[in-house]
Amino acid sequence: MPNMALNKVKMPEQDPNVRNRNFLEVALGYTEEMAKEEAQRCLQCKNRPCVGGCPVNVQIPDFIKLVAEGKFEEAYNKIRETNSLPAICGRVCPQETQCEQLCVRAKKGESVGIGRLERFVADWYMANRETKVEKVEKKNKKVAVIGSGPAGLTCAGDLAKMGYDVTIFEAFHAPGGVLMYGIPEFRLPKSLVQKEIDTVRQLGVEIKTNMVIGKVLSLEELKKEGFEAVFIGTGAGLPSFMGIPGENLNGVYSANEFLTRINLMKAYKFPECDTPIKVGKSVAVVGGGNVAMDAARSAKRLGAEKVYIVYRRSEAEMPARLEEVHHAKEEGIIFKLLTNPVRILGTEDGWVKGMECVEMVLGEPDASGRRRPIPKAGSEHVIDVETVVIAIGQTPNPLIKSTTPGLKTQKWGGIIADEETGATSIEGVYAGGDAVTGAATVILAMGAGKKAAKAIDEYLSTKA
Amino acid sequence: MFKIVRKEVLNPSVKLLEIEAPYVARKAEPGQFIILRINEEGERIPLTIADYNREKGTVTIIFQEVGKTTKVLGTMKEGEALLDFVGPLGVPSHLEGYKKVAVIGGGLGTAIAYPQAKKLHSMGAEVDSIIGFRNKDLIILEKEMAAVSSRLFITTDDGSNGNKGFVSDVLKKLIEEGNKYDLVIAIGPLIMMKVVSNLTKEYGIKTIVSMNPVMVDGTGMCGGCRVTVGGKTKFACVDGPDFDGHEVDFDEAMRRQMMYKDMEKRSLEDHLCKLGGVMNA
Repeated sequence: MPNMALNKVKMPEQDPNVRNRNFLEVALGYTEEMAKEEAQRCLQCKNRPCVGGCPVNVQIPDFIKLVAEGKFEEAYNKIRETNSLPAICGRVCPQETQCEQLCVRAKKGESVGIGRLERFVADWYMANRETKVEKVEKKNKKVAVIGSGPAGLTCAGDLAKMGYDVTIFEAFHAPGGVLMYGIPEFRLPKSLVQKEIDTVRQLGVEIKTNMVIGKVLSLEELKKEGFEAVFIGTGAGLPSFMGIPGENLNGVYSANEFLTRINLMKAYKFPECDTPIKVGKSVAVVGGGNVAMDAARSAKRLGAEKVYIVYRRSEAEMPARLEEVHHAKEEGIIFKLLTNPVRILGTEDGWVKGMECVEMVLGEPDASGRRRPIPKAGSEHVIDVETVVIAIGQTPNPLIKSTTPGLKTQKWGGIIADEETGATSIEGVYAGGDAVTGAATVILAMGAGKKAAKAIDEYLSTKA
Repeated sequence: MFKIVRKEVLNPSVKLLEIEAPYVARKAEPGQFIILRINEEGERIPLTIADYNREKGTVTIIFQEVGKTTKVLGTMKEGEALLDFVGPLGVPSHLEGYKKVAVIGGGLGTAIAYPQAKKLHSMGAEVDSIIGFRNKDLIILEKEMAAVSSRLFITTDDGSNGNKGFVSDVLKKLIEEGNKYDLVIAIGPLIMMKVVSNLTKEYGIKTIVSMNPVMVDGTGMCGGCRVTVGGKTKFACVDGPDFDGHEVDFDEAMRRQMMYKDMEKRSLEDHLCKLGGVMNA
């Protein structure tokens, strides 16, 4: 008999006023009992709409049934059939707009907590089992993967399982891409990302760090070194700025820089770690996405007394996940909505001392379908801040495009790639993830990596 | 790991390390830089490539001990290794097509100006090099610069080498004497590059400067290295580090250089304390 409770089993969390002073994970995860109880809320319906909502087609009802039966290892293996990074997806996927949105139970009450269950299963496995790698027959064909974020790791993992010799080239000193430099420890513990990376290594994938492809080696040279196919998963690394006066004052960061200093370089451990960061007493984070929430919550944890989210539309249009907005509010982040920065004000020595903003009203819907914000005359006002973090988006890094003749890109920089295969304008070169779509989600990048791996296999199998 | 194959002490605070980095050596060009990290807790610091040897697979860096990272780097020995060494980053200097060039190095900037002078010289350009230091004990790369220059002028702020003055004074004199330069390359402290650029602007001589701002990744991802050039924001790591000296906003660059000065000082003091030395001597 299914559990007919209308709401998900609650997942324990750190108290907001404790966690906004530390970098430990906010959500603490289900116990075995909680997981079984939640798993019993799944009706095991025939249509399985949830599966269609998953970019990597996790067989959701099947793994949930195994959880309900207490067969956690089997549940893990079921997820792993299609998803190579379950502990990460269980934490950072926007389930509410994917699998959970389509759940039959959501018609009345809350959907089944699919994300929470996936997370439980992955964590249980990591804690209780050693990863087993099955021997595969080698194909003796080399594939290069550029970038070790979610797209690259997934593509590399899948290709290795098929028997290819895969080398990942990573520009940074540590693999993981946005999982390492972007998403904070309190939302995605780095030890866990490391374990997932180790699993990919166990599959036989070689990861070469400190290799900026486009500078140290061109795509042409990779082919000369014997790589028969290339996957580009270089992400959306180029930060956008607003182009308003004062953006080059001391104390203005791109979210990329702010988060990289904290997450990858561990600036929160300064001076034990050498990389510094300036947070100050009051911080304005401009933007309304997940990256903005991450930056604001990180600033709070680094001791800022007042942290503002400054966003030009209203809460309804915010691209951030509801859960992140909710967590940010609980932790004391101040939301200044319908507010747009006009210029950043500086001291004589060139340090930020405030940000002039204007209030906005919402007009007709624009091209994105969201109502266009319009400035309200005479509403200019100044927020006193010492630090400004710009989190209004990123576009693909142009390094590879600029050094690869013949690689076609969109005007805004995204690599043009076939949606189903990731094939680019150059034979044998595939691309996927944020490098193609612009800044999106971890799971979409993984989905693209997966499709490209399949296409690369088909390409190399038919190639003489 | 990237092994140190040669170390030289050029003056008490300026050191040279030749590093085994075959991939970087294969592609390195004058004007480009590398980013290194000494150990797991270390920061990433950018250093301009001073020389490279494609056959040996080595890259040479020359640095001044100013903060904790460069101090620690200065204590490393031949045979030891750096954890991370990535490059070559940035756009190579455009040195083609020039006939007569003045290459100016201020202090440590001489180490960065050297590969440019060397390349220009090898391409047949007439190179007048002007290098300046605070005093004669700090002079570096005298022999190396002399070997790749038609004429070499060395100045000191205190006149201890018998030639008191600034590099900009020498350049002005050379221009006034009728030397027609079609390019000036100025590399050194921001204030020196600003003074030289202001001077050459008066004479309408194209001038390239090399910027070395605070960076994290060096691939265009963080935007920490923003420089205003001709009224537009550029990233020194991917758009530079070479820029038109007449277009660079040096005052802003000097302010931005102060961003972490207090923390750098703290980091250094902390490090020196741990070494067991008493700082307040």
